[in-house]
Formats: sequence, C-alpha cells, structure tokens
Amino acid sequence: MGNINMTRTVLTVDDSKTIREMVSFTLTTAGYNVLEAEDGVQALKVLESNQPNLVITDLNMPNMDGLTLIKKIREMGQFSSTPILMLTTENTDERKNEGRSAGATGWIVKPFDPEKLLQVVTKVCG
Amino acid sequence: MSAQNLDHFKKIYFEECFELLMNAENQLMDLSADENPTNYLESIHAIFRCIHSIKGGGGTFGFTDLVNFAHAYETLLDYLRDERIHLTHDLVTLMLRANDLLEDLATNAKEEDEVRPHGFDELLDLLKQAVDAQGHGKEVNQGGNTNTLISHENILDTNVTKVVTFIPKPNLMRYGNEPLLILRELKRLVNDFNPDGSEDFFKVECLVESLPSLDNFISGECYLTWKITIQGNCPDTTIHEAFEFVEDDCEISIQEERNAENIQTNENDDESPHAAQDKLTLALQNKEKETPKRDDTVQSIRVDLDRIDRLVNTVGEMVIKQAMLIDQANSAELSGQNELIKGLQELTQHTRDLQESVMAIRAQPVKTVFARLPKIVRELGLELSKDVRIEMSGENTEIDKTVIERLGEPLIHMIRNAVDHGIETPDERIKNSKNPHGTIHVSAEHRSGRIVIQIEDDGRGINREKVLEKAIKNNLISESTSLSDEEIDQLIFLPGFSTAAQVSNISGRGVGMDVVRKSIQALGGRINIQSNVGKGSCFQLMLPLTLAVLDGMLISVGEQCYIVPLINIIETIRPSLESIRNLVGGNDILQLRKEIIPLVYLHRMFSVENAITDPTKGIVVVVETEGGEKIGLVVDEMLGQQQVVIKSLEANYTAINGISGATILGNGRVALILDISALKQTNKTGQDNKAKSKSKAEKNIDQVSHS
Repeated sequence: MGNINMTRTVLTVDDSKTIREMVSFTLTTAGYNVLEAEDGVQALKVLESNQPNLVITDLNMPNMDGLTLIKKIREMGQFSSTPILMLTTENTDERKNEGRSAGATGWIVKPFDPEKLLQVVTKVCG
Repeated sequence: MSAQNLDHFKKIYFEECFELLMNAENQLMDLSADENPTNYLESIHAIFRCIHSIKGGGGTFGFTDLVNFAHAYETLLDYLRDERIHLTHDLVTLMLRANDLLEDLATNAKEEDEVRPHGFDELLDLLKQAVDAQGHGKEVNQGGNTNTLISHENILDTNVTKVVTFIPKPNLMRYGNEPLLILRELKRLVNDFNPDGSEDFFKVECLVESLPSLDNFISGECYLTWKITIQGNCPDTTIHEAFEFVEDDCEISIQEERNAENIQTNENDDESPHAAQDKLTLALQNKEKETPKRDDTVQSIRVDLDRIDRLVNTVGEMVIKQAMLIDQANSAELSGQNELIKGLQELTQHTRDLQESVMAIRAQPVKTVFARLPKIVRELGLELSKDVRIEMSGENTEIDKTVIERLGEPLIHMIRNAVDHGIETPDERIKNSKNPHGTIHVSAEHRSGRIVIQIEDDGRGINREKVLEKAIKNNLISESTSLSDEEIDQLIFLPGFSTAAQVSNISGRGVGMDVVRKSIQALGGRINIQSNVGKGSCFQLMLPLTLAVLDGMLISVGEQCYIVPLINIIETIRPSLESIRNLVGGNDILQLRKEIIPLVYLHRMFSVENAITDPTKGIVVVVETEGGEKIGLVVDEMLGQQQVVIKSLEANYTAINGISGATILGNGRVALILDISALKQTNKTGQDNKAKSKSKAEKNIDQVSHS
C-alpha cells in the first residue's frame, strides 16, 4: 500500500470479448496487469493459481453468473476482502443492494468510458 | 494494442455516441414541450449520463474540441442536477443547440474533419455564461431568500470552506473498500474546484476518539473517523460521489463555513439555513432514490448487418427446401412411414418458428425513424412562422430494418410537405375558427399482415383547383379531362409537379411526391390519400412487413403458376355472365357492385396456352394498384396462400415487364411474382410482352439455385 509502486493485477470476467478487450486495453495502458476469464467457472480456475488485486465481473454470463461468482470468491479465504467490482447495465438501488449482499465492493455502469473505469479502479484498488 | 483494435473501439464509440445524443435530444424535446419545467431532475440526470459518456469516450481518442465542448455542456448539466441553477425554457433551448453542435463535433471526429463546426465558440460561451450567471432573472425560484445557499455564489468563491465528517461503520472495509483510497478519490474530485491551485485546499485529520480498547478490537473493522477540510465551493453531490460505494456503511455530514475570519459568527448565524441546506440536500437525494428510475437499457449485443442478412437468406433457402421435402413426402408412397411424415411436419413448424425469430432480429421499432420528426417539424415551423405540433403513436411497431432504412426519406418529405403546404399560418387558422397551432399525427400499426403508417394533418387540405391548374399548365393532363376528387389528388404524384410559387428549398426542388411514391413502391408498398378542403389531409402508407419475404396468393394460369402479392388483393370472385361486359375495342370489364373494373387476361399477357379464357369459368382476382386503381386478373384457379422467399429476376435473368420477382415453390417449380401496377399499365397500352421467354427464366433460376 501507500507509495510502493507495485504492479497491480486485475482479473476481468465477461462473456463479451469486446468488453474484456476494452477493459484489458484501458488498464494495461495504465500500468496494470490484466487476466481474463469468460465466465464464473473460468474465473474461479484463474483464482486457483493467481492473486489478483481486483476482480471486475459482468453479471450476466453463461455457466455461472456474476453474483454467484462474487459469493463464491468471498467464500475463499484469501479473497474475502479483495475488491470486486461488478459491471452492470442497471443503476438501480435493487441492483446495488444485490451486489452488496453478495459481497461486491462497488460497481461500474455499462457502457463505461475508460476514464471512469480507471477512476473507479483507483478508488478500490489503488 | 494495434491500430486495428483502436479503429474497432472507435467504431463502437461512435455508434454509442450517436445513440446517446439521440437519447439526450429526446429527453430535451420532452422537456421543451413544457412551458414551466418542474419535475425534470430525472431527465437531467439521464442527459448528464449521456454527455458524460460521450465526453469520456472522446477523451480516450483525443477528440479535444469534442471533449472541451462536452465538458462545458456537462458542467451546465451538473449544476442543473445539483440544483445550483434551475431549469428554464431558455436553458432547454440552449441545450438543444448544444446537443446539435455536439452531434456535429462527433460527426466531424468520425470523418476526421478538422474544421470546427459553425457556432462552436458562440455556444461554448453561452454554456459557460449560463453556469456563471446564476441567480439572475427567473432562474432561482426561492422567494428572494437571500440566505439561499450556493446558488448565489460564484463557483470560484474562495471564502467557502466545507468540512466533511466521515464516520465509517465498523464493517466498511469488509468487502474491500479502503478509506485511504476513498479519501484520495475525494481529493481528486474536489481538485476541480480548487480555486487557486494551492496545496492547502484539502486537509485531512484523523480522529481517534472512537477507538475501542485493544481487547475489543476486531481485526478488519474500521474504528477511525476523519475530518476533511476543503477549500472552495465544491458541490455536495461531488463530495458524496467519492463515497458512493460505502453510502450505507458510513455517515457523512458536510458543514459549510463562509469567511475564515468570521468563522465564529457565521457558523452561528447561518446555522439554521445550512442545516436546512444539508437536510434539503439529503432529502432530495433520498427522494431521488425513491423515484423509480426508468431503466431504458436492455441487454443486447451488436451484430454486423451482413451476418444477419446471410442468416435471413440461409433460413429462406431452408424454408424452400423444407417445403420441397414435404411435397416430395406427400407424393411419395409413404403410407407406412408415419414417423417420417410426423417428423417432417414438426420440422415445418420449427422452420417457421426459426424464420419468424430470424425476421424478428432485423425488426426494429419505427421509433428510430419517427424520432427525427419532431425536430424537423419544430425547425420548419420556426422557419415558416407556423405553430405546428407533432403527435406520434405506435412508435413501438416493428418493421424489418431493410424497410425502415428506406422509409426515412419519404416520411420526412411528407412531413415537410404537411408543414409547408398543409398547415396554415396561425392567422389563417384563427380566421377559419381553428386552433392557432396545427397538428400532424403520425402513427404506425400492423394491420392484416402489413404495416400501415398514417400521416394526418388538420391543415387546409389539398387545393384541388390549384392542383388541376398546375397539372394542365405542365401538360400532365389535357384541359378537357374530367377527374374525380380522388383522381385530382393523385395528380400530385406525377413527376415534375409542384404547386409552390417559388420552389422553396424546403420541400420543392424536384423531390416531389413522385419520388416519394416511387420509394414506397420500391419497398413493395403503396400510398393512399384522403383530403378534405379546410379540414386536412391524410396520407396512408401501406408497406409489407419485409422485403425478403412476401405473402402471396398462388394462382394458376394454364400450366403456369404466379404469385399475386396479398397486399394488392382486394377480393376474388367467380363472376356471373351478367357482370361481364365486352366493350368496343376488345377490353372486357367486370361490373362489381357499383364499380367498373377492367379485366386483364393473364393468359394473353403472358402467352400461356391451355388456360381458361372464359372468366365465368375461372376466377377473377380483383387487385388494387398503388394508385388505388383496380383491375381484375382472370386466372384459372387459386391454389392457396403462401409465404414465399423473393428471388430477384434481374439478378438471375433480366427484368420482365409485369413481373417483380420470382420464387421457388415447394414442388421445385418457379413461380413468377406479379407486379400489379405494371400489369395495369401494360394492359392500358395493350402491348404484348416477352413473357414467352419466361420459360427460359424459369430454367435459369432453377440452374442458379441448384448450383
């Protein structure tokens, strides 16, 4: 934390290749290291052997949706307080509360602009 | 990341950008309809989000002018959503102009045009002024209360200090939120309002009063609180933005202090208004949360149009082949093969479902075409000093994308005509005991397998004397012809017709109703007119649901099969002897109730042998052309209604007069699709045509589709 200039790793989970690419592009340009997963199942696999500093996940995905993924990540000891952001198209309170109950740290509304993405990422993970 | 990827993102950005701009414009148009906008916060928020997204994306690609302009526009919206200034009719108008300019900037950026759009500097200034000139005129509506809050202050007021108390609940950090990072974000957000760039604008003090004893310390819980002192007049909403993820996990209170020297007295004096202000802000924020936000976003993906087109084609072919299979199964000896037959029948159902689903993909609500109309009506009305309102209904009616794209221009042209020629000036209307404002009603609906789009106005109706005069003058008809009212109305569709005294650049200059009608006809549709002098006119567009597939009636003439488009069919009858009359000159007519309908013998038209020549022994299919003229097609038999996939004749052979396309039937044979208007024309001039080559065409299409 603080002034140590470590490279942060971010895991982006989304079934849309375009979204993954955009997130990856934006964050890599800003100096982050980015891992990708297509859905919750893949994401959990990635988490078996990686310790990202942040997870950004879409909510609607095949095989395992975002909320389930968030809950499962929170069950894993070493990730119980890892920042998790959910990518959502809805800005409703209902959505936000759902996310919070599942254990999300915060959210980004789609479509997002890269500037906003970076701001939010900085806000939860530095 | 390669340049290709960047282009790809740019493309996505521009698509979204124009969607957002249209969204913002619609919201603004709704607001502008209100003389005294009051309940507008939700709309302002929505518009803010649109512009914010556009600005953000633009920043990624380095569109400087776009970003700067969007920023000024966004700032105005920010002030509005923060209620630092109130919305007025003039501001709505300003924002509509800003929206337009932003659209120009986006178009220029997309086309890599470096030239600044006209009006850039002027609007930029106006936007900035609107934000600086707060509390003037009728904008602040708070009963002249001079204690009224920030609205009266200049944003760069250095005499304002905000003290934020941040009290996290113990569980704040549970799900990954970090006070340190949040405070850094707050500093970044507040920096925009930093008046003189001094480093002292942001001070943080940590308060340790609530620390429990060590025994009671639970690791991972947060027991610290912070006091943040901010110089400069940063809006409360901005401050709250930093804490948005932890709203429910902490308490935030904001105290505003005015002059540093008078800190004591001011605090006391202003206590009630400030407490009231915070309460008000909080109450408003709570109210915001309660107001159900309309969620316009739906899960969707973008797909390239040619992929869809290929899909539509493939499914079309599937429909044909599958019909052929059924046919073959029926004619083959399959009495014992119940499973096979059942399977094929189910397959038919699935194929139909598939086709419907695929067609539905390309179907879009008419809204996209209708959306442009209000703006056009507004601008034109202003230009011509007429007060014209537009009402729209049925915007969610869905039409195939191929049709929608070509519907835009004719529709716009007719609307322009309605405003230009149809609606009278307010004075004229008042003189005729009408409302000073004219109304145009545009509607869309599905009606028995077609789309009907109606444009109705309450204007002066078609001036038939003038139309007749002009037509005679332009040698379009001879002086002696006597025409019914409906026939006079139809004259406006003739090429080269225009009753404008000077060709206005609005709806004149050669883009006449003839072009409109041709466009509609090219879509397989037709236009009807109804007009009453002094009361108004009603134009009805009838369009097929899609261009690729046609609902038709299969008929036979001798050994040949033809498809008559359902959209044209009025009725079918077996005429009695008494109803047929032979006129001098060889043309037969049918007397149908009160109407006289010319008969067209298809076997003569297409030189078909062994056909039924006596109408009383065959069937007469009464059809209507786009112009509303009726003819009766003499055919052998009606073989049933069919949905057919249209294959282009020109692409496979050559254009044939009277035929608009072809299709392959279930039995593998080619059926030609009749072009009713052309048939009527040809019949009139009594020509024979080269339908003898039809069998050649048949062979060609067969070859091509089997290859």
